[in-house]
Amino acid sequence: MGLINKSRVKSPWIVHYCCGGCNGCDIELLACLTPLYDVERFGILNIGNPKHADILVVTGPVNHRNARVLRTLYDQMPNPKAVMAVGTCASSGGVFHNCYNVLGGIDKVVPVDVYIPGCAVRPEAIIDGVVLALDKLNLKKSTKVG
Amino acid sequence: MARVTFPFGPQHPVLPEAIQFQLTCEDEKVVEVLPVIGYMHRGIEKAAEKNPFPDNVFLCERVCGICSFIHGATYCQVIEKMMDIQIPPRAEYLRVLWSELSRMHSHLLWLGLLADSFGFESLFMQCWRAREKVLDVLEITSGQRVIQSAAVIGGVRRDVNEELSSSIGAILSEFKREWDAILPVFEKDYTIRIRTVGKGILPQDKAWKLGAVGPTLRGSGWDVDMRTTGYGAYSDLDFAPVVKSGGDSYARMICRAREVGTSYELVRQVLGKLPSGEIAVKVNGFPNGEAVVCTEQPRGELFYYAKGNGTAYLERLKIRTPTFQNIVPLLTMLPGCELADVPVIVMSIDPCIACAER
Repeated sequence: MGLINKSRVKSPWIVHYCCGGCNGCDIELLACLTPLYDVERFGILNIGNPKHADILVVTGPVNHRNARVLRTLYDQMPNPKAVMAVGTCASSGGVFHNCYNVLGGIDKVVPVDVYIPGCAVRPEAIIDGVVLALDKLNLKKSTKVG
Repeated sequence: MARVTFPFGPQHPVLPEAIQFQLTCEDEKVVEVLPVIGYMHRGIEKAAEKNPFPDNVFLCERVCGICSFIHGATYCQVIEKMMDIQIPPRAEYLRVLWSELSRMHSHLLWLGLLADSFGFESLFMQCWRAREKVLDVLEITSGQRVIQSAAVIGGVRRDVNEELSSSIGAILSEFKREWDAILPVFEKDYTIRIRTVGKGILPQDKAWKLGAVGPTLRGSGWDVDMRTTGYGAYSDLDFAPVVKSGGDSYARMICRAREVGTSYELVRQVLGKLPSGEIAVKVNGFPNGEAVVCTEQPRGELFYYAKGNGTAYLERLKIRTPTFQNIVPLLTMLPGCELADVPVIVMSIDPCIACAER
């Protein structure tokens, strides 16, 4: 178990779900993976399967339809896990606050560990957020899982 | 042979956004496709009626983060048309500058994602590295990488001076050098040809009947480009739409790849011809009446309709986006294809679900 926890902190795998934003944050998240920012050098890997992931990265506000999808993704992830709300609308609803189909920030549906403000967020802010999420993950590990 | 139906999405590694296709397969062959939409719907058109009309520029920019500037500028155009505002020529040129830079970054982004969808990881990285140069230009001219908020009703928010213009030129020359090395890969590479040629065919007559727009339509041999209608400063600029016959994923890919070059030339022309003068006019009064504007977005024709009633709030705003048009042609491309080709064919229409569902 010690080895697993050690590698989790050294190499967190993220799963990305786009709730209902404008794409701006999604493309900045993808930009993090590409040569200029290249988060893979820190061992951060974008993975499609929630069952393999440590950090759930969510962009965009929650709406009536995707709330269930988001909750399912969160429930499928193994403990310990962290959730990052990327962008202003994932944090609070942002510019879409008065849209009829928008419930608000993703904290209406899943517990959020790190809020990253910005519209659209900069890749540097996302990398900073992952580092903060790792601290949270480390804390959860020491309290929950032996 | 048993029929199996399974979901492709809403959370899928190849799709950056949430849409679901229910694929019915017989062995490895797709026989039926049913799109399930609504995961990204926010209700922007209704929200636009609740905001004062100048604030909607920022809301409309967030219909889609990839072509955000064109959405904002089109909204400004439709309000200007309704209120009969003549914006200064310099503002028209600067709008073309940012529109074409958006088109370049959108196409490069898509070319990278397409390469990723058939596993050509290094080409994905090369495209996105070249794209960072375009984003640098957007950042030094407007202050933001993806959502520029540079257009306002009556003109633009920021000016491009001599000094800035020369540094843009230098960055673009660097970009051109990188792009000249990438383009031949898309045109000639063996792996790319095998994965795209003859995949997802949209015949010429069907493309027109089903209402395809943009590179999806031009890839089927139709010379239709809203920029040729000469809105804004496009009437003074010299360019030709890229058209390719074939109607397969390869033709659509080549259309977009060559359009990067067209946009590059347009940006050069704008920088060379930029007229002097004001960048914005003052706007007084409230919109009253109706107006329609069509512009060319990276994915195709973008349609805005607005109705004002003489108050600060619009009565109706209707947005029709190109991806919405292109989903129906996509449904005719998929049946009959191999399951392994589904990601490539879905990507080949350049789906932007945030646009389509608003």
